[in-house]
Amino acid sequence: MSIPENGYRDNELARRILDRIHTAMAGLDGVRLMEVCGTHTMAIGRFGLRAAMPDGLDLLSGPGCPVCVTPGSYIDAAARLAADGVTVVTFGDMVRVPGKETSLESARAAGGRVIVAGSVTAALDIAHREPGEVVFLAVGFETTAPTIAAAVRAARAEGSDNFSVLVSHKLVPPALRLIQDDPECAVSGFILPGHVSTIIGVAPYAFLVDEYSVPGVIAGFEPVDVLAGIESLVRMVRDGEPAVRNEYRRVVRREGNPAARAVVDEVFEPADTAWRGIGRVPLSGLRLRPDYAAFDAARRYGIDLDEYELPAGCRCGDVMRGRMEPADCPLFGDACTPDSPTGPCMVSVEGACSVRHKYEGK
Amino acid sequence: MCLSVPGKVIEIDGTKGTVDVAGNTVETDFTVTPDVQPGDWVLVHAGFAIQQYDADEAEATLRMLREAFEGTE
Repeated sequence: MSIPENGYRDNELARRILDRIHTAMAGLDGVRLMEVCGTHTMAIGRFGLRAAMPDGLDLLSGPGCPVCVTPGSYIDAAARLAADGVTVVTFGDMVRVPGKETSLESARAAGGRVIVAGSVTAALDIAHREPGEVVFLAVGFETTAPTIAAAVRAARAEGSDNFSVLVSHKLVPPALRLIQDDPECAVSGFILPGHVSTIIGVAPYAFLVDEYSVPGVIAGFEPVDVLAGIESLVRMVRDGEPAVRNEYRRVVRREGNPAARAVVDEVFEPADTAWRGIGRVPLSGLRLRPDYAAFDAARRYGIDLDEYELPAGCRCGDVMRGRMEPADCPLFGDACTPDSPTGPCMVSVEGACSVRHKYEGK
Repeated sequence: MCLSVPGKVIEIDGTKGTVDVAGNTVETDFTVTPDVQPGDWVLVHAGFAIQQYDADEAEATLRMLREAFEGTE
């Protein structure tokens, strides 16, 4: 048996859904739909969906790119660790992001050991093989946190005392609340992140309807998934009947993944955290519980992650909150391009500015 | 960064195993998907199987979408 993912790339079906979006938008204006997942940003860019939308319907990219919202102080601290002889293991996206003073790329060029890996498991393997100190850069949303939690728990069970994680995990529901609490940002509906939802399930989004009367659709990442999500949102906006719908049922269960959440809850607890360009948001991130403090790189190396400055002139914070289109930033396309990026939203391949520049040139 | 890909479980030994992702054999951790069996489809993220992929539900959703959006020329 194979899986029917290809069906979700069916051009004819996609075109029919698009037609229905145009029909449903008749007479509507000022509909702002926001996705909060870098993979959705990429899908909308790659499939050219923004340009296909009817007038009056804007697709915005929210604060869903973990690399973009990781504080500059975190990048600088990680680069300093590498310069000081610690082996720093990271997801690849982080390497080029500028901090305030330096970047991992610079640290590596200066002889620091920065290893790119697709999984935290690689860092744990190095810590097993070698006596030196190994730090994994633990960034990402609810999708990634269970993998880090499982690795930290395994490290404790195995007594891997040369392994630690520098934590800057972020949570999606507080980010949605942040958007809706700001009248300049508030949107008409959310395209909710499919893979985050495989972990957290449907219930954590109920507040969108209960407190903000705004609809949300949990959507997958193929063209048919994204278009069907948009169509459903437009109808709910038009009819004034907000709900949270799960249209990615092939991997998102109503209850999410309780085993994954149990590992996260064992190792991490909610904490205030700094979002780059946005500021400190109450209980919007994770930190290691006291039982696991020995694996906290910030504690081990005396690192303070409490600032969130952006490079001069960079408006990523406004772009990520839907206050500004990427092209309206004075740096976009001139002082800030994918080849020579200034801000984090242009550095990350799934950043709002990078995707817009690559696929739409504006 | 939350990019995740579907694949078919080849083998599992404890919490470690392998998944066939588009013809490539990928080392995968099953700590957070303890009920998965060889032959099951899973979603793989950052070296971990994070959820089962329900192929029947995938067909059912697609069928429903095709019915909902037919004949809108």
